[in-house]
Amino acid sequence: MSMDATLSFEEAMEKYDPVLGFEVHVELNTKSKMFSSAPNVFGDEPNTNVNEVDLGMPGVLPVVNRVAIESSIKIGLALNCKIAESCTFARKQYFYPDTPKNFQTSQYEDPIAYDGYLDIELSDGTIFRVEIERAHMEEDAGKLTHMGGAAGRIQGADFSLVDYNRSGVPLVEIVTKPIEGAGSRAPELAKAYVAAVREIVKNLGVSDAKMERGNVRCDANVSLRPHGRERFGIRSETKNVNSLRAVEHAVRYEIQRHAAVLDAGNPIIQETRHWHEDTRTTTSGRPKSDADDYRYFPEPDLVPIVASREWVEELRATLPEPPAARRKRLQSDWGYSDLEFRDVVNAGVMDEIEETIAAGATATVARKWWMGEIVGRAKNADVDPGQLGVQPATIVELNRLVEDGKINNKMATEVLDGVLAGEGTPAEIVEKRGLAVVSDDGPLLEAIDAALAAQPDVADKIRAGKLQAIGAIVGGVMKATRGQADAGRVKELILAKLGVEG
Amino acid sequence: MTDTNELIRLSAAQLAGMLAAGEVTSVEVTQAYLDRIAAVDGGERGVNAFLHVNTEEALAVAAEVDAIRAAGGAAAEELHVLAGVPIAVKDLIVTIGQPTTAGSKILEGWHSPYDATVVKRLRAAKMPILGKTNLDEFAMGSSTEHSAYGPTRNPWDLDRIPGGSGGGSAAAVAAFEAPLALGTDTGGSIRQPGAVTGTVGVKPTYGGVSRYGAIAMASSLDQIGPVSRTVLDSALLHQVIGGHDPFDSTSLPDPLEDLVAAARVGNVEGMRIGIIKELHGEGYQAGVENRFNESLELLKQAGAQIVEVSCPNFRYALGAYYLIMPSEASSNLAKFDGVRYGLRVLPEDGPMTIERVMGATRAAGFGDEVKRRIILGTYALSAGYYDAYYGSAQKVRTLVQRDFEAAFAQADVLISPTAPTTAFKLGEKLHDPLAMYLNDVATIPANLAGVPGLTLPGGLADEDGLPVGIQLLAPAREDARLYRVGAVLESLLEAQWGGPLLDKAPPLVETLVDAKEAK
Repeated sequence: MSMDATLSFEEAMEKYDPVLGFEVHVELNTKSKMFSSAPNVFGDEPNTNVNEVDLGMPGVLPVVNRVAIESSIKIGLALNCKIAESCTFARKQYFYPDTPKNFQTSQYEDPIAYDGYLDIELSDGTIFRVEIERAHMEEDAGKLTHMGGAAGRIQGADFSLVDYNRSGVPLVEIVTKPIEGAGSRAPELAKAYVAAVREIVKNLGVSDAKMERGNVRCDANVSLRPHGRERFGIRSETKNVNSLRAVEHAVRYEIQRHAAVLDAGNPIIQETRHWHEDTRTTTSGRPKSDADDYRYFPEPDLVPIVASREWVEELRATLPEPPAARRKRLQSDWGYSDLEFRDVVNAGVMDEIEETIAAGATATVARKWWMGEIVGRAKNADVDPGQLGVQPATIVELNRLVEDGKINNKMATEVLDGVLAGEGTPAEIVEKRGLAVVSDDGPLLEAIDAALAAQPDVADKIRAGKLQAIGAIVGGVMKATRGQADAGRVKELILAKLGVEG
Repeated sequence: MTDTNELIRLSAAQLAGMLAAGEVTSVEVTQAYLDRIAAVDGGERGVNAFLHVNTEEALAVAAEVDAIRAAGGAAAEELHVLAGVPIAVKDLIVTIGQPTTAGSKILEGWHSPYDATVVKRLRAAKMPILGKTNLDEFAMGSSTEHSAYGPTRNPWDLDRIPGGSGGGSAAAVAAFEAPLALGTDTGGSIRQPGAVTGTVGVKPTYGGVSRYGAIAMASSLDQIGPVSRTVLDSALLHQVIGGHDPFDSTSLPDPLEDLVAAARVGNVEGMRIGIIKELHGEGYQAGVENRFNESLELLKQAGAQIVEVSCPNFRYALGAYYLIMPSEASSNLAKFDGVRYGLRVLPEDGPMTIERVMGATRAAGFGDEVKRRIILGTYALSAGYYDAYYGSAQKVRTLVQRDFEAAFAQADVLISPTAPTTAFKLGEKLHDPLAMYLNDVATIPANLAGVPGLTLPGGLADEDGLPVGIQLLAPAREDARLYRVGAVLESLLEAQWGGPLLDKAPPLVETLVDAKEAK
């Protein structure tokens, strides 16, 4: 695999103006599938959550899942879309073994939701409006696993296995209009847009919204044009970019790659691209033209979906507060400053902090752990903080151990590392690593005596009322106990020993 | 006990009455039909109406019904009126416990893991299923010659076609191999075989009978319906299989009318019966035309008012049908690819890619007529051709619907010959698809518009002594009208003939024995 040439991002931006477009697929968390009564459950044994409809057996017919329609309407409303009074399904036809009928039942000419927008807040507080072209309903395909050959790709595989559990899972595909004017903020906007969509569907409760499970999948379209030109350049479509960081990286990479191709005087090939998380690069997929012939025609087995205005209004009334309002409320509830709150949002840990507070932590403690410890670790591990695997309950437990004086802050970070290394619960790790704070006064008193004897001048200063000098003695004790002493208790004991009022 | 040769000639309604009265057992009836199948269906010149005979299960269900009746009490009282009356099922309809082939090699040996809704309803009524009947592959044809398992022969003349695609169901009923059968009708596959075999068949209003489990040819046109020897029998069966099904989104929510009552109290007095100007005359065999006029005369005598209506867009119906049907079929048949079930053929040489396995499977598994329609439909739906073909055809469909609306403003029921000719010879039109397609010219408009249609025997054509079908058409959801008028016409005709038309058919067993001896 030859590496594509790239220009630096800065140079690319000097020469070209990026235009973006996103197709975000959201898997709905309905109990059953889009067109069948089989369960919609992730992670079960392959081919167990299927019935004759999902397998495309002869004679089967689809029946539309009402809850999936409601979820789709809710998504449309949250994206400020118009909701079609009547819409239909169509068949998108292509032969592929993950598609049991060899056509996908989707919406074509008349999506359930159209003409919306989403206001995206960038890291400096700038609001950028992304126009939504449409949000339409469709069914997911099965999952192919290519065995043998290289890197799990179909090319060179000996055989492929197919799991139809995902076949027929309801999807809503959200398609933006071309996004112009983002300039050098395009990668950031890309990430913020996908984050906003994920936040919306999670907030609505219509999707589990876990990107690592493919609940939210992003296809990112990128094209460049010279500054000042109106006509769009030729685009590439990077498929299945499945983390927020990857969305940002993929857009940045494609901008740099396009710029190098254009700079060399070559045309961009209209094609899909595969994203590689390990190298943070894309490789060529299949050519894609606007004239791909899917032989769409109206699905004759389904009747039109009629969304009465009363129904739409009923659904609108059930919508949770919009993300912007929610942010305002959370900031005020938590008492964070504007800067603190923006940092939390930009770090992508707002939901995590909310969950941690719900699990029993104070707002200060939750922020301290997520922003102080976890975000940094996630950055080092190159994953989104929420994907690091820290549970809200873990933080609450860690904090309780500190507050109860069982461990100190330094130990607590060590315990957190243990949790991330999969060594067990915080209590178990404290036990296993022998991290408990020394609370028996006997060894402490010995260490204090030794420290006072080692620094008689400091002892005199304390006796004379210079209480700030106590730090040197405490430090000596902590050193002697290898940090396992409770500093507060040590202080008390020193003062008592010297007969000084604290 | 009645002689088995008499037993098998009784109507389903008569059998139901005798079963209820304890004059005969279901096992006796079922066995009589199984014996008849064994006598006339197999062999080189057998009828070949059945692709699978379901002996064991049919007799078990029959015995269960007999036991319930013998025990008496509430369970016996609650038995369905058709409980214990056997039935044959077109092999396009999926059944647990029996193979379902759709008449195609591509499904040879396939067993469905689920029952079609209509089959569930037959089972709930405790009707023994005698077996699965032959058909043109995936119901594509008008002669049953396109079956991958050999043609079915017309019991009236074993050298002639029994119509299609449901030739197996019609021939089974005409040959007294079953009192009732299920068919499917996409462009006439119940009615045209009914016409050429002298039997009764009904295509219900679209959405009137669940399609769940009927292997789809053209989803917007397909309907399951009854096949029988009398109008009342079709009504009885229609009542069993009809009504809303949550598994079929196109199923009508309306409660089913009392069709049996309509068939029992048939009445045409004061009714306006419309002759469709475009569906008789030129292109119709003289003997067909004569029998048609006779039926009109009888209806007039019975007090009906005969009016003439014009449906000018019917002339485009056949063309539109042969775009819409293959378009939908090309899509519906895409699932037969050798990946999940059915035949799988590996390419003989070259790389073993999924595309090539799918290609080899479909090349080997589908017959010529199926391939012809898949190619036609794929073309009609292609970018750049969609508007000209599929799009235009849908417009014609709307015009045909409007023609029906206008016609039904002038007439309560419409009438025409069911097919332009009597049964033709096996092989006669096999290599002339257009001539074959023309057989459905009178039946197709009802499918395009979704309205119900019934065929009943109208007598024998003067020139060849073969059955002629009379078609009645009613507005959507007015299936009861078909039974009301059909029952009257049937009784008037039978009074004229001195009995059922099928009494005039050659005695099949003797014909077969003669054929054997002649060899």
